[in-house]
Amino acid sequence: MKYLDEYRDAATARRYARLIARRVTRPWTIMEVCGGQTHSILRHGLDRLLPGGVTLVHGPGCPVCVTPVALIDRAVELARRPGVVLCSFGDMLRVPGSRGDLFSARAGGGDVRVVYAPLDAVALAERMPDREVVFFAVGFETTAPANAVAVARAAELALSNFSLLVAQVLVPPAMEAILASPGNRVQGFLAPGHVIAVTGVEAYETLASRWKVPIVVTGFEPLDLLQGIAMVLRQLEEGRAQVENPYARAVRSGGNPDALALLARVFEVVPRSWRGIGEIPRSGLGLGPAFRAFDAERKFALTGTGAAEDAACMAGSVLRGIAKPPECAVFGTRCTPEHPLGAPMVSAEGSCAAYWRYRRPGVGVGA
Amino acid sequence: MRNLIEKMFMAAFRNPLLEGRHDGAVFPSPGSRLATTTDAFVVRPLFFPGGSIGTLAVDGTVNDLAMCGARPVCLSAAFILEEGLPMETLWKVVASMAEAAREAGVAIVTGDTKVVERGKGDGVYIATAGVGVLDHAGDIGPRSVRPGDAVLLSGDVGRHGMAVLGARESLGFESSIESDCAPLWPAVDALLRGGVEVHCLRDLTRGGLASAAAEIASDADCGIRLVERAIPVREDVAGACELLGLDPFYVANEGRFIAFVPEASRFTALAALRSVGVSADAVEIGTVSAGPRGLVVLESAVGSERVLDLLSGEQLPRIC
Repeated sequence: MKYLDEYRDAATARRYARLIARRVTRPWTIMEVCGGQTHSILRHGLDRLLPGGVTLVHGPGCPVCVTPVALIDRAVELARRPGVVLCSFGDMLRVPGSRGDLFSARAGGGDVRVVYAPLDAVALAERMPDREVVFFAVGFETTAPANAVAVARAAELALSNFSLLVAQVLVPPAMEAILASPGNRVQGFLAPGHVIAVTGVEAYETLASRWKVPIVVTGFEPLDLLQGIAMVLRQLEEGRAQVENPYARAVRSGGNPDALALLARVFEVVPRSWRGIGEIPRSGLGLGPAFRAFDAERKFALTGTGAAEDAACMAGSVLRGIAKPPECAVFGTRCTPEHPLGAPMVSAEGSCAAYWRYRRPGVGVGA
Repeated sequence: MRNLIEKMFMAAFRNPLLEGRHDGAVFPSPGSRLATTTDAFVVRPLFFPGGSIGTLAVDGTVNDLAMCGARPVCLSAAFILEEGLPMETLWKVVASMAEAAREAGVAIVTGDTKVVERGKGDGVYIATAGVGVLDHAGDIGPRSVRPGDAVLLSGDVGRHGMAVLGARESLGFESSIESDCAPLWPAVDALLRGGVEVHCLRDLTRGGLASAAAEIASDADCGIRLVERAIPVREDVAGACELLGLDPFYVANEGRFIAFVPEASRFTALAALRSVGVSADAVEIGTVSAGPRGLVVLESAVGSERVLDLLSGEQLPRIC
């Protein structure tokens, strides 16, 4: 397939692997931030093409994984209310809160609908004026512009029955929290290409210089990832700490000015709590003053406060790159996609789910 | 789903025919062997590019018989109709069933109709059961799979699931992808007539190629190695899957199957399959190995390996 096959070429992948092997003189630990990158790495077995000393740890870039239990509880609570239609991206439906997931809310008679675009939820609100339509606005800077468009559209239409339950988070503050955490082992980052396509590289340049850490803007195909890894390793070996952008086919260094202007109009930066990590200042978006009428948390008196996570689950360490999924004692035993204890096992983007899905003891070792 | 089947239905209904764990059951009758199977159909929307719930209800059951190596003879059809369903819709469903039955060469010989209150069903649910005749003496099923067997695939994968997704208004993407819904007996008949000693056949419905292969690896207690590059996925299907974050190997098909045949007869088998329209693009995609037992290992396009497991729940379009 054009624009994909050329980034999945086996011979080029092997050339990159040889180049990396020649370049590396000591052990390094690199984090890919985005869950989509984690899945691509495991799906294509890219970590196994790397020399033994190079360790890839998996970042918090899975929006489903870091959405706090309290917010999921509030979504479930809303979905169970008569007269409410709760719209969500598909992969939020299976994430367990402390009192069930959205699937069980639907099975119990709640009106939960999967939409692919937030504007579809606005259209639904227009068609059903006697129902309250709430969109569960989850995601990083990638989903924020589409959610902002939806709110702006609802405001234009003067819809009073549309609102957002906002769980919008930002990547750079999370990277900073990882670098600042006492057990940090991350020495370089593969930064999430699609997030930076929206935001531009500025915040990442600040991070690179403040923390002396190389950051390479990376795509999602096997060769994009191998190229990103090779470039981070080259910086590490040469003692450099810069932002480099080899993913220029998708990312301009200034980001997308229209999207940024819209985000600034609709949202404001707020503190957010991250599942497994805790509260991070200035790490999320909430609806700004002009759009507060569309904030579901203000509109409905919601009480969901979450509950303590299962003590055996290492999701917090996994999300910060301190542990890898198979190091968790309950991985694959008490915790599987059918019965997940932590969100990284339930989400399609989660790193625990990726290990479970693509790896088994004895398969492909040394391949 | 598999858990439910094993722990509830298998446990309650246990008997030697059921324990064959195949798409249908083959049983003796004086002078011949017959196969029987049943399937229920709940699909939304009722009509999608390339088919309808009616075509699925016929082809699904006909194909389960074909996977037993049985020539489909007759079907029963039970309809559960939601009060208020327009007669015109039902006519269209029934016409598509009649057409599919003609194409598959089966007769719909008995049936039943029930009406449920409005709001208690999605318009129409259909359950069909079928009986087929085995004109050969082979034992086709997971227990006949042997290490060394070649794994053949009857054509490209992922079309049906993406056609249905595309037809769902809520996803708001338009595509020209048509379902691959088709009767598979002609392809199986060609294999058997070609003298191929068929070890196992499995259609790639719910959970797609990956789940079908994983089930067989588990039931046959052997390993299966598949080669990603050998598995055909049409460009529009691959593109839609990329966009929605779905894996085409897990997307449902209604006119595709895998065949396990002895390595020595794989070229004969491929030639036989390619002589029939529905499997004209058949390819070899892998082999059966002694181990790792119960696992399907896929050689990835970039030359590494990964596991293909059963689908847990339904595939959900991802956030970004």
